Amino acid sequence: MIKIENLNKFFKSFQALKDINLLVEKGELFAYLGPNGAGKTTTIKILTGLTKYSSGKVSLNGYDVKKEGLFAKEQCGVVPQSINLDQELTVFENLDIHGRLYKIPKKKRDFRINELLEYLEVADRKDSLAKQLSGGLKRRVMIARALVHSPRILFLDEPTVGLDAAIRKRIWAIIKRIQQDGATIFLTTHYIEEAEYLAQRVAFLNEGSIVENDTPKNLVDRMGAWAVDKVVDNQLKTSYYKKREDASAYTACQNTDCMLRRVNLEDSFLSLTGKKVK
Amino acid sequence: MIRGYFAVYYRELLIMKRRLPKMIATMSVSPLLYLIAFGYAMGGNVNVDGHSYMEFLIPGLIAMSSMTQAFSIASEINIARFYWHIFEEFQAAPINSFAYVLGEVCAGMTRAVLSVIVIILIGFLFGVSICINFYFIAAVLLNSFLFASLAVGMAMLVKSHADQAMFSSFVITPMAFLGGTFFPLDNLPLWAQKILSFLPLTHASNAIRKAAFGEIPEILSYIVLFFTGIIIILWAFWCVDKAKD
Ligand SMILES: Nc1ncnc2c1ncn2[C@@H]1O[C@H](COP(=O)(O)OP(=O)(O)OP(=O)(O)O)[C@@H](O)[C@H]1O
Ligand SMILES: [Mg+2]
Repeated sequence: MIKIENLNKFFKSFQALKDINLLVEKGELFAYLGPNGAGKTTTIKILTGLTKYSSGKVSLNGYDVKKEGLFAKEQCGVVPQSINLDQELTVFENLDIHGRLYKIPKKKRDFRINELLEYLEVADRKDSLAKQLSGGLKRRVMIARALVHSPRILFLDEPTVGLDAAIRKRIWAIIKRIQQDGATIFLTTHYIEEAEYLAQRVAFLNEGSIVENDTPKNLVDRMGAWAVDKVVDNQLKTSYYKKREDASAYTACQNTDCMLRRVNLEDSFLSLTGKKVK
Repeated sequence: MIRGYFAVYYRELLIMKRRLPKMIATMSVSPLLYLIAFGYAMGGNVNVDGHSYMEFLIPGLIAMSSMTQAFSIASEINIARFYWHIFEEFQAAPINSFAYVLGEVCAGMTRAVLSVIVIILIGFLFGVSICINFYFIAAVLLNSFLFASLAVGMAMLVKSHADQAMFSSFVITPMAFLGGTFFPLDNLPLWAQKILSFLPLTHASNAIRKAAFGEIPEILSYIVLFFTGIIIILWAFWCVDKAKD
């Protein structure tokens, strides 16, 4: 369980997070969405004890991140946004050091590492140096590393950024499996369809404030069911309709090209944050 | 408190193991050059306190090298921190900042000891053998402990790799030359001797040299090195804690 109450974060005079309140239930897969610079990474860094916060209260499974830092850290694993593998060490060594940092005994550690490498389908690269791996493999090794100590909460900061569609889908399957094994997952992403597919609940963050927090279905329903896109003065305008007939009728009486489609989470995101995300 | 320090140290050991041949080659270059340039070419018939200049120089090089090698982990930590973001992995782990400091200090001391062994072996090649006793080992360890701790603290304080290089050229390099490594300080004016006697390296090179000659060094030097080292490692601990934004 992740609990954030009235969290504020200042970098000097710049306020990166404004009065964030959030509760992620045990076993939930929660997606935290927002445009570049919204404060997603900052939130994760605070939750994992990498950054200090200015005010508020933050706890992981009941352990206060500030007062019971070491216990809180034991609860969670992180896959950070930037690749931070030890490039000069092998895949196995990277995971082994992680296991040592979490004080897992040698036998258990070796077993767990081999199991995870199989699970993420990187077992054949066990003895390769990290710097020799492709981007997709590096991400999977990072996910494996975050799981070595079997964390009950997993933070994934843009785990599929820069990966091709096939690898992204594979990582989605892995994330679902990790959730089925009982972990709570906190995910950030710029791929809205990723959140729509994976998450039970999403929150939209914009300029440091949470503007919406609900299930993907409710958010989409609130927009309507059908959308019509058309280009007016080089700008994309979208109108939303509850019924397909109304949308078709609107399309028929337009003289520019229109596209009728289903409403998706991205529509909700754009209307709430006012920005187009890639 | 120190739970987990070994994981940090072990990581450094793995990296060192992989780079060992390169490291040893690098560690041999400057002592070899100094010995050839100053020991052979210049100091052939110079006599310092009843020892040949070569005999005088080798303990000085040991003091200098254990300092620079111990301090060199600062730039490793910096690269790991700013470039590879590996420091985040340690920050997110359930280990105390002190365990991190201790792990890195051990790594710095290991490098220092390695470089001392290299110089002792080079000394043999030049026909100089030194006395390796408890005093010698203690002085080498205290010196490398002090500068490895300084390295960790500095690595946390600097904001970029360039800052780090600046600190090295304004603090470490002058100390390497003035800390009683290349010439005896007795010939300097008294005021200069007074100032230089505050440098930890001066104490280290005096102690290491006396021990290497088989004499008994001044205990004061050990006390100065020990307590300065303790203060610096506590300061480094504080710096690591403060390194979060
Ligand atoms: N160490 C820092 N010092 C000053 N400002 C910072 C620091 N780290 C982040 N910021 C600022 O805080 C804001 C939030 O940054 P953050 O990295 O959390 O955004 P994000 O939502 O993760 O963006 P992205 O999607 O691009 O990863 C940005 O405006 C950023 O410039
Ligand atoms: Mg980010």
